[in-house]
Amino acid sequence: MLESFISLLSKWTIPFLVLFIPTFAYFKGVKVYEEFIVGAEEGFKIAIKLIPYLVAMLVAIGIFRNSGAMNIVVKAISPVISILGIPGEVLPLAIMRPLSGGGALGLATELINTFGPDSFIGRLASTMQGSSDTTFFVLTVYFGSVGISKYRHALWVGLIADLTSFIASIYIVNKIFG
Amino acid sequence: MINFIWLLLIIIGIIVAAIKGQPEMITDTVIQAANLGVRYSFDLIGLMTFWLGIMRLGEAAGLVDILAKIIRPFTKVLFPSVPANHPAMGAILLNISANVLGLGNAATPFGLKAMQELQSLNKNSNEASDAMVTFLAINTSCIVIVPATIIGVRVAAGSINATEIVGTTLFATLIGMTIALTADKVFRLFTRKG
Repeated sequence: MLESFISLLSKWTIPFLVLFIPTFAYFKGVKVYEEFIVGAEEGFKIAIKLIPYLVAMLVAIGIFRNSGAMNIVVKAISPVISILGIPGEVLPLAIMRPLSGGGALGLATELINTFGPDSFIGRLASTMQGSSDTTFFVLTVYFGSVGISKYRHALWVGLIADLTSFIASIYIVNKIFG
Repeated sequence: MINFIWLLLIIIGIIVAAIKGQPEMITDTVIQAANLGVRYSFDLIGLMTFWLGIMRLGEAAGLVDILAKIIRPFTKVLFPSVPANHPAMGAILLNISANVLGLGNAATPFGLKAMQELQSLNKNSNEASDAMVTFLAINTSCIVIVPATIIGVRVAAGSINATEIVGTTLFATLIGMTIALTADKVFRLFTRKG
């Protein structure tokens, strides 16, 4: 029931918006085609403006990850994590999540396939992956699009949110499925 | 701060590669990651162009205004520096709705549009405004009702009940967002800008 509703919602929202907004605008007397073009013109500029920010951030994160430095950090934290009763298997995912969206999805997929989607670790990895965002990447893209390089406390807030969602995921998955 | 973290990632990475005796790995990574940045930007061009076109129609038809009015009670508290019915509000609402529904592809164009609108209110052009930080606090910690991507992964892995993690995800994001908004308020006490 819930499953079919969610899949329906997720499949039909975009087609609905693409139908509804232009139709509504047309009946409001908007010259739909001409106005669309005016708005669309901005898209190219914004997307291109992101390049320097993205290259800077992705190269730094890439070097940190591919050199094996990230693995060293994971190994160093693992003992502390196991004391707290958190399965060490999900730690790389927690560390990767704010840095690299593709990398985190890869790790989550691997955990889900290795332990099974309906295992404790599979459910925990799913919840962790679904509940947090690629904070570094989002900040780079969003601030980059308007030429902002001074983030103030935005990064800390994002990382605190990621850490909180991680802890909350462990708590709730333990509670519901544990 | 971002300068320090950026440099730290590079320095630590290169030191580790040096200890392992794999300098060529750094060279390869630089090329790959730089290309990835350009590719992402190019991949975004089509989506940005399309959704900003649709968004313009929504604005011209007054839909964005209507949305902004509906959420005014919330935005007044969250974004006190943004005037009532500013176009930023409609874009913010669309971005958050898309995030909640797990429509990442549509979320980014709305979000970047929101940033453009917020930047028009931001006097200091290379420093983030209060409203921007709050918006990104919500954006990165946003509650999720449809974690679409991970449900897809679970289905592919043969889950008996792929959507059973919807409730746990919603709970985790709800807690995450509450803490993010609280942290934003607390940080702001110390980093107030004029």
